Amino acid sequence: MDSTQPKIRVQLPYHLRTLARIDGDVWLAVASPLTIASVLDALEARYPMLAGTIRDHDTRQRRPFLRFFACEEDLSLQSPDMPLPTAVAEGREPLLILGAIAGG
Amino acid sequence: MSSVRVLVGTRKGAFILASDGKRKDWQVSGPHFAGWEIYHMKGSPVDPNRIYVSQTSGWFGQILQASNDGGQTWHQPGAKPDDATPQWPPVKSNRFSYDTSDKTGKPLTTHQWYDGTQHPWEFKRVWHLEPSLTDPDTVYAGVEDAALFRSTDAGVSWHELPGLRGHGSGPQWQPGAGGMCLHSVILDPSNPDRIYIAISAAGAFRTDDGGATWKPINKGLYSKYIPNPAAETGHCVHHIAMNPKRPGVLFMQKHWDVMRSDDAGDNWIKISGNLPTDFGFVIDVHSHQPDTIYVVPIKSDSEHFPINGKLQVFRSRTGGNEWEPLTKGLPQENCYVNVLRDAMAVDTLDDCGVYFGTTGGQVYCSADAGDSWSAIVHDLPAVLSVEVQTLE
Repeated sequence: MDSTQPKIRVQLPYHLRTLARIDGDVWLAVASPLTIASVLDALEARYPMLAGTIRDHDTRQRRPFLRFFACEEDLSLQSPDMPLPTAVAEGREPLLILGAIAGG
Repeated sequence: MSSVRVLVGTRKGAFILASDGKRKDWQVSGPHFAGWEIYHMKGSPVDPNRIYVSQTSGWFGQILQASNDGGQTWHQPGAKPDDATPQWPPVKSNRFSYDTSDKTGKPLTTHQWYDGTQHPWEFKRVWHLEPSLTDPDTVYAGVEDAALFRSTDAGVSWHELPGLRGHGSGPQWQPGAGGMCLHSVILDPSNPDRIYIAISAAGAFRTDDGGATWKPINKGLYSKYIPNPAAETGHCVHHIAMNPKRPGVLFMQKHWDVMRSDDAGDNWIKISGNLPTDFGFVIDVHSHQPDTIYVVPIKSDSEHFPINGKLQVFRSRTGGNEWEPLTKGLPQENCYVNVLRDAMAVDTLDDCGVYFGTTGGQVYCSADAGDSWSAIVHDLPAVLSVEVQTLE
């Protein structure tokens, strides 16, 4: 990984942070193009134990109860190959991976 | 001195209950994997410190955990603990990919859905983990949607035994109320090529060639809630049990009906006898008396709790038909819990210990083969599974 690549900030839900033994946000160097797919590739390379927890191993589809947000926009339904907002690319805003709120 | 370790899977984590052979004073550890559903955990009979755990979540899918030190520390097989080396490969221990390759003969894509239409096979979770009787690195996983997987590398990778779904009846299998789960896996200690499994709602199956081919073993089952009550497949088998000292004899708690087979499942007879209701989920066999069996009758498929709020284990010492209620130490009023299909186990101490967990979070132990009971814990999350290890 090129150390000059921009660092992207990712916020994970509690249970995934626990699983990967992460304290706080994750900063990732992500190769271009900067997309949800490339961020998840980098995340799973950095934290191999997260493979399969955010997107299906085989289909690569987002798990139904997880959502992607950035810059107050819901990016969950857009193509994972769409470019992420500039503010995320520049590290000013995080990519949020959220678990749907459900149950009691 | 011998001791016991009870492995408890719950809706909100795993717990380990440990005691010496007296089984009176207990140490409780947990929750492990707090907040996650732990469908099942089981130790290797070859290496009791090797414990496999099915950790699942509606949000994050399936996780496999394992311990090499009796549950003191855990790891995801294939993940290098506390390491962030980018080159480390993605974890595959939670990857359960159905085998649809041509070389396995009969790739299946659909099964019957609730409305009678065909529905794609979709992996959801591991219901049951069954470690090999001879190799601590080999373990079987019964999964939803129903299939059997095997790992020979301590859970690092999994491969389906596709002959089961390829049996031919797969498109007629359908989910029960809890999903289409393969929940029971029994390995025959006298024949390494023989495995029994059971699926809700497809029935029981047996392989005699190490999992290459399978036959349904449901002759004698009668389920009036399916179009052909005596069909070869389609029965909602809730659990099957076997005493390893007498491998050819099986006991079954079906949706309704308690059943017995004396010929490795080829034929079944009903042994409900004088049970107050023969609906239920668990069934197990005394470790040393292969004709002593235990069930927990549940009122009905519409009301999943004990009759009249009285929690009763029923024991037969005659291999069925003649049953006695066991109530000493169990609540006999206002008890409306359920006991789920994998939530009963027996130890192998001289005076056989019997254990079961409830959806109310109690785990009961009897150190005298069922004559009396006491709660090891009262207030765990709903219990999904109970296994016990007898340690020397």
